[in-house]
Amino acid sequence: MSGAEEEGWDEGAPERLYVVTGGRSRAGTESVRLDLVTLIVSRDVPQPGMPPEQTALLRMCHYPLSVAEISAYLVLPVSTVAVLLTDLLADGRMEARAPIPAAALPDAELLKAVMHGLQNL
Amino acid sequence: MDYRISDQLPGTGMPGDRPGDRVPGPRSEDALPASTTSAVKVVIVGGFGVGKTTLVGSVSEIRPLTTEETMTQAGVGVDDIAGVERKTETTVAMDFGRISINEQLVLYLFGTPGQERFWFLWNGLFEGALGALVLIDTRRLEVSFDVVGRLEDRGVPFVVVVNAFPEAPVHPMEDLRTALDLPESVPMVDCDARDRGSCRDALLTLMRYLHTLTTAPANAIPEPQ
Repeated sequence: MSGAEEEGWDEGAPERLYVVTGGRSRAGTESVRLDLVTLIVSRDVPQPGMPPEQTALLRMCHYPLSVAEISAYLVLPVSTVAVLLTDLLADGRMEARAPIPAAALPDAELLKAVMHGLQNL
Repeated sequence: MDYRISDQLPGTGMPGDRPGDRVPGPRSEDALPASTTSAVKVVIVGGFGVGKTTLVGSVSEIRPLTTEETMTQAGVGVDDIAGVERKTETTVAMDFGRISINEQLVLYLFGTPGQERFWFLWNGLFEGALGALVLIDTRRLEVSFDVVGRLEDRGVPFVVVVNAFPEAPVHPMEDLRTALDLPESVPMVDCDARDRGSCRDALLTLMRYLHTLTTAPANAIPEPQ
């Protein structure tokens, strides 16, 4: 764990995240619920004058990328990434591909596909 | 020893660690095919230094990445950073990797500590997860008791993976099963977290177990052993 050793790293302080998200602390309730493994794909190219985070997101997701990967590459918390994605998804500039829906138990065909894929490793 | 212990590297993933100032994003060879439509996840749960990141790194097709979330030191109000006083926030990291299953499907592996307070940080970490690998170190079995109980409470199917540390004492599986108070139905498997094939087999054990659960009658009474 990277624990409480935060001294000297001001970029990660809450104030910065607050600025990045335009003052919002969580994604709007009307937005798509984003899982760590929701795949995000760009549907548009960056426009002049866009905030740098939006530009980075549109560039980065030329090919599908999970929310977790976006968080890792931008070095931003997942909750902050979710707020940033909300606007781009609402504008149709990006597309979200939801994970396989949660069920009590996964589908047998899905498991067979995963087993087949693992055997090819 | 080449075990990578993410937990001991608080600097990993921070901006200063990245060489140069290039555009963030995956290397082109790490891009998923455009045809990828959906993702599934498996959670690797284990105590500090038990080998979660090593396991993820062994099977992942990408170099393991680190996602982070902020939490207050009191561990409450994690969703709401508004109005929180300076320096009460802590960044908590979680390593993960990825395996492309086919042109449409991708599997993500998340390594998380055993403490439940971390699970709440990543909203829905276990929600929709296929299942979990509980990674244990026989030298510190006591840290795994609670993990097993918490997953049972949440109804998350899991298999127990014994990371074969070279210097760890070897215990018969049945002794470990008794010590962890595990039902007979829960598979246990030996694994070398540094070995790709061994980690793949552990994941396959989980998938086979899940497959037996999905095909078993819902109200089946477990066979007496």
